[in-house]
Amino acid sequence: MSDYPLPVSHVIDQSTPASERSTLLEKLHGWVVTVDHKRLGILYILYSTFFLLVAGAEALMIRVQLAYPHAHVLSAQVYNRFFTMHGTTMVFLVGMPFLFGFANYIVPLQIGARDMAFPRLNAFSFWMTAFGGFLLYYSFLGGAGLYGVGNAPDVGWFAYAPLTSRSFSPGHATDYWALALIVSGFGTLGTAINIVATIISMRCKGMTLMRMPLFAWLLLVVSMLTLVTITPLTAAQFMLLIDRYLGGHFFDTQAGGSSLIWIHFFWIFGHPEVYVLVLPAFAIANEIIPVFCRKAIFGYPAMVAASVAIMFVSLSVWAHHMFTVGMTSVSNAFFTLSTMLVGVPTGIKIFNWIATLWGGRIRFTTPMLFCIGFLFQFLIAGLTGIMLSVSPWDWQLHNSYFVIAHFHYVLVGAIVFCIFAGIYYWYPKATGRLMNETLGKWHFWLFAIGFHITFDTMHFLGLMGMPRSIYTYQPDRGWNLLNLVVSIGGFIQGIAVLIFVYNFIVSYRRGAVAGDDPWDAWTLEWTTSSPPPVYNFEEEPEVHSRRPLWDLKHPDDPDWEYES
Amino acid sequence: MSLMPVSHPARTVEWHLPSKRRVGMTALIAGESAIFTIFVVAYVFYMGKSLTGPTPAQVLEVPILATICLLSSSLTIWRAEKAIEDDRMGSFTVWLGATIALAAVFLASTALEWKKLIYQDGLTVSTNLFGTTFYSLVGLHATHVVVGLFLLTSVFTFSLFGWVDSRQSERFGVIALYWHFVDAVWIVVFTVVYLIGR
Repeated sequence: MSDYPLPVSHVIDQSTPASERSTLLEKLHGWVVTVDHKRLGILYILYSTFFLLVAGAEALMIRVQLAYPHAHVLSAQVYNRFFTMHGTTMVFLVGMPFLFGFANYIVPLQIGARDMAFPRLNAFSFWMTAFGGFLLYYSFLGGAGLYGVGNAPDVGWFAYAPLTSRSFSPGHATDYWALALIVSGFGTLGTAINIVATIISMRCKGMTLMRMPLFAWLLLVVSMLTLVTITPLTAAQFMLLIDRYLGGHFFDTQAGGSSLIWIHFFWIFGHPEVYVLVLPAFAIANEIIPVFCRKAIFGYPAMVAASVAIMFVSLSVWAHHMFTVGMTSVSNAFFTLSTMLVGVPTGIKIFNWIATLWGGRIRFTTPMLFCIGFLFQFLIAGLTGIMLSVSPWDWQLHNSYFVIAHFHYVLVGAIVFCIFAGIYYWYPKATGRLMNETLGKWHFWLFAIGFHITFDTMHFLGLMGMPRSIYTYQPDRGWNLLNLVVSIGGFIQGIAVLIFVYNFIVSYRRGAVAGDDPWDAWTLEWTTSSPPPVYNFEEEPEVHSRRPLWDLKHPDDPDWEYES
Repeated sequence: MSLMPVSHPARTVEWHLPSKRRVGMTALIAGESAIFTIFVVAYVFYMGKSLTGPTPAQVLEVPILATICLLSSSLTIWRAEKAIEDDRMGSFTVWLGATIALAAVFLASTALEWKKLIYQDGLTVSTNLFGTTFYSLVGLHATHVVVGLFLLTSVFTFSLFGWVDSRQSERFGVIALYWHFVDAVWIVVFTVVYLIGR
């Protein structure tokens, strides 16, 4: 099988002689003007890691304030700003850029392309996203506005009307919030268009849709979902700005407008957004679990079908965020049932991952540990989700810490765990060095223990009636001990993340040299050198099965003999 | 592309993928459709809910000429697409010019309509819910017409200098796709605002 045109055996020498080495300034300039999908992917990851630390610090400040009753660490106003910024940052400046960073870096390599479909649009999208993030944070300095009141936005990440109207949110804080999300929304839209076009039109020879790695498949699904998810938010933000600047009445209840329609518009964006964030997490797990079980993924077609089903069903569940606004019982029943329906394709996925683990020779490396944590926590998150989808149950627990615990189980327990898994898995590809395994295990165990101390306990606080978004509470409610426990867990997670950041930085210089294929994996990105050359593939690869690198390593037993 | 022989059991399939530009524009149109959907939903939701006048029935006139112009511009741009594919550049320039003229008539008609609404009827964005939803929905569409007009005028200018030929037919097809979308949206906006909402 020596004539199989897959591996890049001889790489064009691109090193420059020492006399022509560029200065630091030239190197930085190169990163700013780059249109290379790999560099943009790294920029996305660094950008979102930065904001992960910022929003994590905000969460810790919130937890310090709530650690004991009648605390005065933060004032009520500052507390409101912190939870607004924490939520907005984590969703728009951490979650999505992380996942688009992975998509940028991995998708072209996995489908055997030399770059994204539109490299300049790609750079434009990144810088729009980055500008949106810094615009949002500039509100801390510039949000006071003409009236000298207000600061960072304090309207909550869902910014319910009429709280966002001029009379209740004077100054420019809310405008910063709306404009930042419009700007970064355009960046997101550009990236989504780019990923769809890349996956549909740039696949290498032989890579039919049903031979595409599941990571690429899920990113295709996510990007199509993003197209119709982020845009309603942009539309609603435009309406908000029309209200605030041109005297419009979209959400002005005094002129016949409706605050309810904002809630609808926001969640028409907001709930599919959860799937926009979680499907790339599934995508990462789909790559890592088979490689570290030494088995092909179980039920590939079912995984694809389940992902597409989630995409469609997720568009019709938004009002389960709104059971307490007083909808008709028909609406309540519809959204209860459609929400439960999401559990079916999601359950299929969980069973497929378990079936992949079954009988595998599992290697418990750091990426795999994070994926196993993900499986366990995502299952619990799904179960509390089913509980909350039952509208009478939701009437009891809506806006309580039970809901906070549920969605942090998804956002942290599933998504952040998979993001960490993905970083440990692809770091050697991007840098040529492995991350330190001992520090990685410390990171995993501390993070998992801290996670469970925090968010398991939060469920009980919710059941005991503690509402979200309160900045302090009375000492006689019986919440004191549990709140202290939650805060301690938060700090354990903070320490774990600092270990991760230390590992991330130090391994770049001191990590073990990885080689092209450190995990003995099967997809095309591992056929390139680490880090890959700017052109990715010297010649266009050609694939005949879902695991092209397996075929290459095992010419006596290639996959294509088993796939249709 | 590969120069090396493939050892796979001889099943060398033809490998054709859709044009990335067309796919990209289709994706953009999907996203834009969602934006328009939200504005249309808001318009329909607030129909007849204004607390004060003027109402649509009092002030709106059905823009028949503008609608005919905009819809027929889809036809002329289709002729231009055919012309550039067959490398008939003179014909291309004429059909493209006709498209631009029709779009300009549409925009001028909207401008006159708004002038009348603002100065005669006193309807602005802040007057009532009708004003808010009307100007934002029709204005959103008009913004798309302006963007399209800018794209078409650029191509038209290039073609006057003779810089466009059939090699650009795929790129022009992408612009035409966008233009068809803008026209199709007008059918929805027209139906909602001028037929149902009046």
